[in-house]
Amino acid sequence: MPSLTTIFWLGVKELRSLRSDVVLIALVAYAFTVSIYTQARGTSSEVNNASIAFVDEDQSQLSQHFASCFYPPRFKPPGTLRAGEVDRAMNEGRYMFVVVIPPRFEADLRAGRRTEVQVNIDATAMYQASNGASYIQSILNDEMSRYLVRSDTKFQGPMRLVIRKAFNPNGDTSWFNGIVAIINQITLLTVILTGAALIREREHGTLEHLMVMPLTAFEIAIAKVWANGLVILVAATVSLFVVVKGMLHVPVAGSIPLFIAGVAVYLFFATALGIFLGTVARTMAQFALLIILVIFTLQMLSGGSTPVESQPEWLQRLTLVLPSRHFVSFAQAIIFRGAGFEAVWREFAAVAGIGLAFFAYSISGFRDSIAVSR
Amino acid sequence: MSGREPIVATIADLTHRFGEVAALRDVTLHIPAGQMVGLIGPDGVGKSTLLGLIAGAKRIQSGRVMVLGGDMADMRHRSSVCPRIAFMPQGLGKNLSMELSVFENIDFFARLFGQREAERKARIAKLLEATGLAPFPDRPAGKLSGGMKQKVGLCTALVHDPDLLILDEPTTGVDPLSRQQFWTLIDDIRRDRPQMSVVVATAYMDEAARFDWLIAMDKGRILATESPAEIRKRTGSRSLEEAFVALLPADERGTSGPLVIPPREVSGEAPAIVARNLTRRFGSFTAVNDVSFEIDRGEIFGFLGSNGCGKSTTMKMLTGLLPATEGEAFLFGERVNDDGTDTRRRVGYMSQAFSLYTELTVRQNLWLHARLFHMPVKQAETRIDELVSRFGLAPHLDDLAEVLPLGVRQRLSLAVAVIHEPEMLILDEPTSGVDPIARDEFWELLVDLSRRQQVTIFISTHFMNEALRCDRISLMHAGTVLACDTPAALMKARASDDLEQAFIGYIAEAEDDGGSPAAAATFAKEAAKSAKPASPHTLPGLARLLAYAHRETLEILRDPVRLAFAFGGSILLMIVFGFGITTDVEEVRYAELDQDRTPASRDFLAAFAGSRSFQRQPELTGVNDLERRLRANDISLALEVPDQFGRQFAKGSAPEVSAVVDGANPFRAETISQYASSVAMLHAQDEYRRNTRGPDRTGRLPAIEPRFLYNPSFESVYAIVPSIPPLLLVLLPAILTAVSVVREKELGSIVNFYVTPTTRLEFLAGKQLPYIVIAMINYMILTVMAVGVFGVPLKGSGPMLTLCALLYVAATTAIGLVVATFTRSQVAAVFATAILTMLPTTQFSGLLQPVSTLEGNARIVGTLWPTTYFMHASVGAFTKGLDARLLAPDALALAAFVPVLLLTAMLLLRRQEA
Repeated sequence: MPSLTTIFWLGVKELRSLRSDVVLIALVAYAFTVSIYTQARGTSSEVNNASIAFVDEDQSQLSQHFASCFYPPRFKPPGTLRAGEVDRAMNEGRYMFVVVIPPRFEADLRAGRRTEVQVNIDATAMYQASNGASYIQSILNDEMSRYLVRSDTKFQGPMRLVIRKAFNPNGDTSWFNGIVAIINQITLLTVILTGAALIREREHGTLEHLMVMPLTAFEIAIAKVWANGLVILVAATVSLFVVVKGMLHVPVAGSIPLFIAGVAVYLFFATALGIFLGTVARTMAQFALLIILVIFTLQMLSGGSTPVESQPEWLQRLTLVLPSRHFVSFAQAIIFRGAGFEAVWREFAAVAGIGLAFFAYSISGFRDSIAVSR
Repeated sequence: MSGREPIVATIADLTHRFGEVAALRDVTLHIPAGQMVGLIGPDGVGKSTLLGLIAGAKRIQSGRVMVLGGDMADMRHRSSVCPRIAFMPQGLGKNLSMELSVFENIDFFARLFGQREAERKARIAKLLEATGLAPFPDRPAGKLSGGMKQKVGLCTALVHDPDLLILDEPTTGVDPLSRQQFWTLIDDIRRDRPQMSVVVATAYMDEAARFDWLIAMDKGRILATESPAEIRKRTGSRSLEEAFVALLPADERGTSGPLVIPPREVSGEAPAIVARNLTRRFGSFTAVNDVSFEIDRGEIFGFLGSNGCGKSTTMKMLTGLLPATEGEAFLFGERVNDDGTDTRRRVGYMSQAFSLYTELTVRQNLWLHARLFHMPVKQAETRIDELVSRFGLAPHLDDLAEVLPLGVRQRLSLAVAVIHEPEMLILDEPTSGVDPIARDEFWELLVDLSRRQQVTIFISTHFMNEALRCDRISLMHAGTVLACDTPAALMKARASDDLEQAFIGYIAEAEDDGGSPAAAATFAKEAAKSAKPASPHTLPGLARLLAYAHRETLEILRDPVRLAFAFGGSILLMIVFGFGITTDVEEVRYAELDQDRTPASRDFLAAFAGSRSFQRQPELTGVNDLERRLRANDISLALEVPDQFGRQFAKGSAPEVSAVVDGANPFRAETISQYASSVAMLHAQDEYRRNTRGPDRTGRLPAIEPRFLYNPSFESVYAIVPSIPPLLLVLLPAILTAVSVVREKELGSIVNFYVTPTTRLEFLAGKQLPYIVIAMINYMILTVMAVGVFGVPLKGSGPMLTLCALLYVAATTAIGLVVATFTRSQVAAVFATAILTMLPTTQFSGLLQPVSTLEGNARIVGTLWPTTYFMHASVGAFTKGLDARLLAPDALALAAFVPVLLLTAMLLLRRQEA
């Protein structure tokens, strides 16, 4: 029978060991404060500082006015190019967008003759190109409409689509990025903390020592789960209140206790994964290499970097086994959309189930992993 | 020592510190040449430090070390003299590569000394013959016994005919027969080359007795320098061990006299431990073969044998740590199995290494174990107090275990092992590395436990004098028990008054091997012939570089984990990134709330239904439904057409339609908004054209023609996939290269670089070369995957892209080398490389944001990071279809990184240990 006092004291030992590891504590502190803040604020998928140039073959008042409509922070101050230089400039990657205004543009516009503005887009810069192109089109459209309205009172603008963004009215990327950053740090640090603690114990022989005492593999493993999980849970909770709510001003629509309960469920999975990797890897070095592959997979395919909906159909089905995907999904639901337990319990259950599978497998291989390591 | 004798090394006022601790204090010493000089003293007194400084492996902090007529602080002298010195560091096979075979290991050293192939082969053949290794040239070093590893180590040291041979504890943990053979071999070699000086550190006093001249050390100081006979005479001791104790300052000698073991009273009870035909195999290797014995209650039973002979494995089977392949074991009449937790309460165990929590204090360690045995708090308190006073732990109670002296650590281990008053103790080499006095103190505790409390003690050791103290011993060799009886009976059976000789007799009988001394004799003659060196390599530097590259290649080919990471890693991550990063937004689920229900509104909504980007869901029933379904992530976009829409539209005034987008993921929300706007705009223009009579006002609004260069269909796969190889070809090669260098630091084989003529460039480039090849193979795999799996055609110049890739991976592996110079553990190397490379690679190299849009520091980092250029080249060649001329500037920029990074690594790499 697993003994609760044994599990308690083993966990306390785990916490004491961690307390003496200054580097690891500093890493956790950094990861859940500075790192989250900079990740949230730093990377932005909005159009920012895009490089644009004009080829102005018209040289009219209107065409010259266009250039002044593009300004920071979305655009860099526009450059000017001559007609023959476009391909070269684009090949060298000097400009992402080049707007070509044909000769006699303003005159044609007034006279109602057909004319056309060309926007060259470097379509290899995916993140910026599509939204940037849309901005340019709507800015130019607005300017031309305004010009026509000014010169011809009968002209009315076309029908308008008024767009409201629910849950994040200003489209502030730091909200989403802040939450994803917390999720990524939880995954990374929990797996490293737990796995490294296990391997260190095995390399120092202390694990062997525990195994000859009247303890079971379950007690040893579950103690690691609660102790390491608790550390990260506290760090993540503090980070949620101080960094995400306090500094990034993310309004939390749903229930914070529900979100923290979800984090706890995810931590069970992450600690179990750490123990699993710790039993599979023979040495710390192998563990480190494994971590790289596992963490990238968990983070890139979670929906935190690009939406799950954009993955190919077959991959979307495969990523259902990644608890990080469920975590990102229920975090979005609770924090932004204000979803309740009834909307997220399936995802909680999926995370717990996958965690349980890793945990059970690790326990069964626990004794063998010690035997093989020496 | 008379002044006329030639001197091989002179040491003056040498002090060496590791942080606060002084390993050597003000040592002054003259080491005579052409002699066998022994360095004696327990572990941790500075023997290895002194030898490392003489060999030139360690940097001199203060004082002078003159070796072979020059100053070892002088770089030029060191490099000119190091071919004449051979250094074999402490640890079984420490400077060998465990993946490489016997021949390959020796061959590597011969290459480092510039020998040509014919010469190498001849020399290695002779050395193998002499050391009795000739039958196993192809066996990996990792699969040799400790004694054989040390012989291979000796071969690597002797392959270049050194004038000064430095051996650091070459026989520690080696079985007595191999030990005897080892010294016979050294004697033969010295007979042949009398001018060769040998300096040996040893922990075995009986070995030291045969040396010409001894240096006795304690706590970083020299106690005495004279011949063994003189030392014994001066201290009036019978043995060197006693003499050594007599040389120590009075307060360190220990208080008790010689250890007395009272005779055992035979209890006549059932045996405490029974092992029957225990066998354990690891794959094809049999670690323990058919071992049986019985141990009585209260008996001290010893297991005597060398490292790796199966002692620990047998003990682990008895504790249930390791299941037996065959046979069975009983403790107190109960069969040992995995979960015999009740039997485990009656057993205390102390493993080979110190295996308590070094980050906890002495008190915390004791309490933890008391709690894990569920001792009531009161009882635990009294028990801990009792143990603390009896084991002399009181002064250290609140010290962390990691700062304790070795002897105290062992006492703490024992205290923890007996905290629950077990009836049996299983102790696996508890005293290795502990000085003789601490060892005696430890044994006093054991004797007390056995004789007064009837605790059965099962102890393993490789010290003969400890084995003599046991009631009965079992001699173990190569997985089998050779004999089992009282020490006296064993010696009697072999007609010897020395347990070591008796043991050697048993081993020799088991192996039926007496050939080595004879073989060694032939070595003397053969070696004499080879004394004239063949012409050295014309380009010794290149030969050394290739020696390192060759060894690294063999190692990585035999390490399945690194190999799998090198190739499997890039394939996995290519799939993960390639499919995982996409900016395409397709099939956005949307629903409509049509409050107008006129033909105009239906037309408008039909425009969305017809778009490939949008996927229509059941209509919304009201504003509440809209909120609910957005919240449930059922839809990402809701369109609400107001009830005046049709009428306003007919009037020609601009009506407003409201759209609500799920903003939880802002990038996706932004994209959906843009898509929705353009669908609405196109629809509006169509409508105006169709409906408006008279002057076509909207027709006058000029079209804005977007031209998506390079990627007309604007699918993200064409942009993302070519940017993944730049990402992976920095991350993986840099990590692998860094690990390969740091691994040498961790395992200690980097000492080969310190003490051989290898230069920094040869070492680094030799290490780097195999990883450049691996990275290029990865480049090919990734390129094939991009074209074949992701369907992204390579439109531009393939050869030029390949050249860029070659320069790029040369640069990225050099980044790994730079990281390796300042990291100490492999784990640190992996994470430091990952963190240092991923930030500039993902943020500032044009993956997410073109470098042209960066500013300030980000722009500077992007400009000074090689990925920027290869990213440009890769995307350029794949998607933009750039030709060789347009890619050339990238190649030039990449070429500039290689020498700069390599030079940085060279400047940062230490040529000696601290």
